[in-house]
Amino acid sequence: MNSLLKKSTYILATAVLLFACGSKESKKETTTTEVKISKTKTLDIEKPQLTFGFIKLTDMAPLAIAKEKGFFEDEGLFVSVEAQSNWKNVLDRVIDGQLDGSHMLAGQPIAAGAGFGRQAKLVTPFSMDLNGNGITVSNDVWSKMKPNVPKGTDGKPIHPIKAEALKPVITEYKNSGKAFKMGMVFPVSTHNYEIRYWLAAAGIHPGMYTKENVQGQIDAEVLLSVTPPPQMPATLEAGTIYGYCVGEPWNQQAVFKGIGVPVVTNYDIWKNNPEKVFVMTEKFIEDNPNTAIAVTKALIRAGKWLDEPSNRKEAVEILSMSQYVGAPVEVLANSMTGTFEFEKGDKRDMPDFNVFYKYNATYPFYSDGIWFLTQMRRWGQIPDAKPADWYTSTIKDIYRPDIWKKAAVLLVEEGNIPASDIPTTDGYKPATADFIDGTTYDAKDPLGYINSFKIGNKDKK
Amino acid sequence: MKASLTLNKVSNFLGLGLFTTLKDLFTNKLEKEDFKNFLRKTIVPLASILLFLGLWHSGAKALYNTEADFKIEKALQDQGQAAADALQVCIASGESSCQPNTLPSPSQVWDSFQSLLRDHNIISADKVAFAKKTAALNKTRIAEGKNAIVYTGRPSFVDQIFRSLKTVFAGFLLALFIAVPLGIFIGLSPTLKSAFNWFIQIFKPVSPVVWYLLVFMIVKTVLIGSADDSSFTISFISVGLCSMWATLVNTAMGVSTVDKDYINVAKVLKLGAFQKIFKVVLPSSLPLIFTGLKITLSVAWMVLIAIELLAQSPGLGLFVWEEFQNGANDSNAKIIVAMFVIGIIGFLLDRLMLMIQNWVSFDKTDAI
Repeated sequence: MNSLLKKSTYILATAVLLFACGSKESKKETTTTEVKISKTKTLDIEKPQLTFGFIKLTDMAPLAIAKEKGFFEDEGLFVSVEAQSNWKNVLDRVIDGQLDGSHMLAGQPIAAGAGFGRQAKLVTPFSMDLNGNGITVSNDVWSKMKPNVPKGTDGKPIHPIKAEALKPVITEYKNSGKAFKMGMVFPVSTHNYEIRYWLAAAGIHPGMYTKENVQGQIDAEVLLSVTPPPQMPATLEAGTIYGYCVGEPWNQQAVFKGIGVPVVTNYDIWKNNPEKVFVMTEKFIEDNPNTAIAVTKALIRAGKWLDEPSNRKEAVEILSMSQYVGAPVEVLANSMTGTFEFEKGDKRDMPDFNVFYKYNATYPFYSDGIWFLTQMRRWGQIPDAKPADWYTSTIKDIYRPDIWKKAAVLLVEEGNIPASDIPTTDGYKPATADFIDGTTYDAKDPLGYINSFKIGNKDKK
Repeated sequence: MKASLTLNKVSNFLGLGLFTTLKDLFTNKLEKEDFKNFLRKTIVPLASILLFLGLWHSGAKALYNTEADFKIEKALQDQGQAAADALQVCIASGESSCQPNTLPSPSQVWDSFQSLLRDHNIISADKVAFAKKTAALNKTRIAEGKNAIVYTGRPSFVDQIFRSLKTVFAGFLLALFIAVPLGIFIGLSPTLKSAFNWFIQIFKPVSPVVWYLLVFMIVKTVLIGSADDSSFTISFISVGLCSMWATLVNTAMGVSTVDKDYINVAKVLKLGAFQKIFKVVLPSSLPLIFTGLKITLSVAWMVLIAIELLAQSPGLGLFVWEEFQNGANDSNAKIIVAMFVIGIIGFLLDRLMLMIQNWVSFDKTDAI
């Protein structure tokens, strides 16, 4: 009896000891030196220790740069940035408070406030970038699609390639009994709306959502399904999908690995379209207003730094570190340094493929948010018709240019950005027809815009 | 003499008999029988390791050539002779932009292992620098009753190993404290056994992924409102629940098959229930309990990788997943490094359990 008890006490002690060894790394050394004094006027930060999430994509760059170039620390913020596995995970962890903020799809905070998917009050004070996505198809699809693409005098395909060229391939696949499957990254992602826009502009039905069926495949000629961005190339290679719409570097990765060919970028689908946003919960910015402004300040500076062409090379080096995007330098550089490689060897100039600061890219425009709402309604993710003023009031709760402005004004005072970089705007960009099909988008007339499409829901005014 | 005896004991204890023969080789105490033993225990494993490395090396080379040939062939078809020649030169020059991305060779894996160690040193230095930088600030923060600022950089490979071990041991202890008492009760009472049998049979084969999701649903709600990172809690509970079944079943079986004579002796001595369990039942069912615990520990280590990945809990699982997602040139090699580290640690854990078992059990025959 005694010996057994004694022995089990030993075991327990050993186990506890081993357990304690494991946590050794979290113990901190205490040495005293002076904190470096930065030139930035720091606000009274409520929460200096922050954790932000991101998905491995080049457009997370402002977060990596703000951390690596010390912009966060200038503001008195100590930030950890952690890679997350997929967009659902990102959304849940921000809502549950495990992350203080995150790199997110613009559609995510909007859907969370507009009644699709998990509901929560999320806000965005900072738009992370413009453009940056592409649509890639497998080698087999490309070889069948290529004869349908008009060619220029140099024998190369004329861009932008429209989905008309894909239509006969879909029919061919269908006749041989295979449903045409493509991947996108999340139901409310820019990518989902872009690939749908591209397909529907050529009369290919990408499928509808209803209240009961949130698969988004009703009446679909192309079956769209969700795959996390970094797994896209592997999924394409495995033959599960025949093409995908994803952010960089996962289109260039397909070119490098020789498993697929990017056919169109979202710059061609909608010139300077809004892409990712930085999201925090409404509760967080109410509890920590100064922290929210400081974070926005650091991110604006990072965006400005990124859009200096001479800095892009260094940015690529930083992004290729394994804790950030981790893809090889060559792959990242292909799209980050003003070019984009389509078919292997067909490298074209795309100076505006990744925009982080130019064209007021960091300002959260209401009109950008309303575009996502119109697409959610168009495809049935918002199941019921809404009045025109609902679009405005919904987006004003989510997009918060007021925080952006406070941050920008402080940056101007500190001399970090010129005063001319603050746009005088009511939050609406002027109406534009810079789309692949030439449709005009005016954010002040959302219903008229929804009704202007051949495929999709129509609402009475 | 005494020292060598202890050495013998220790190495036998650890199940590493080859050290004894190695020692005998150097002290010239080798007899013919021992020599055979030496061949079997030292030379044969070494030879098989070399054979494995050789096969791996040639296999990796064959895969590399297959992919390189395919790439060149494809360039020839799509872009013509000039591009194919350029690619051939590029691949031969070892430039990273055109390398085939396939199974890495042993030397590449070794390089990656060393680069991970270098990375660990860099991060350790960075941690010290960070601590220095925030020391003054932390002092004022602690004086104000606020939490100190902790390191914001990423964990190194070595940190991740320790973090994984922590998760596994927390999960293992959880499994131990649930499964052993429950197993004893079930084993002692046939009524309880039939009450719990369906439960064990249904939950035993459930996959780690589903356990994770189940634990996630519950823990998320229990910890609602707290802003702390719950990924560690979720992952260690999942690991524990996933791995406890072997111990539960083995304990129940061990307890129910205790020799009737022992139980009768206990009755004759009029031992109380508590005394009966600790003096009679437990000691005689220890071998089976330990077999269960050994399986539990190895299952815990195995499912850990999947669970860390899902829970986004830092550790080897997350490391493997991130490297897979990175798809960089050295990612595959790093994944193989992690594979070996996982395997070696799993082996050491198994030895550790064996050691504890030999130590506590009455039956000193070598358990496997």
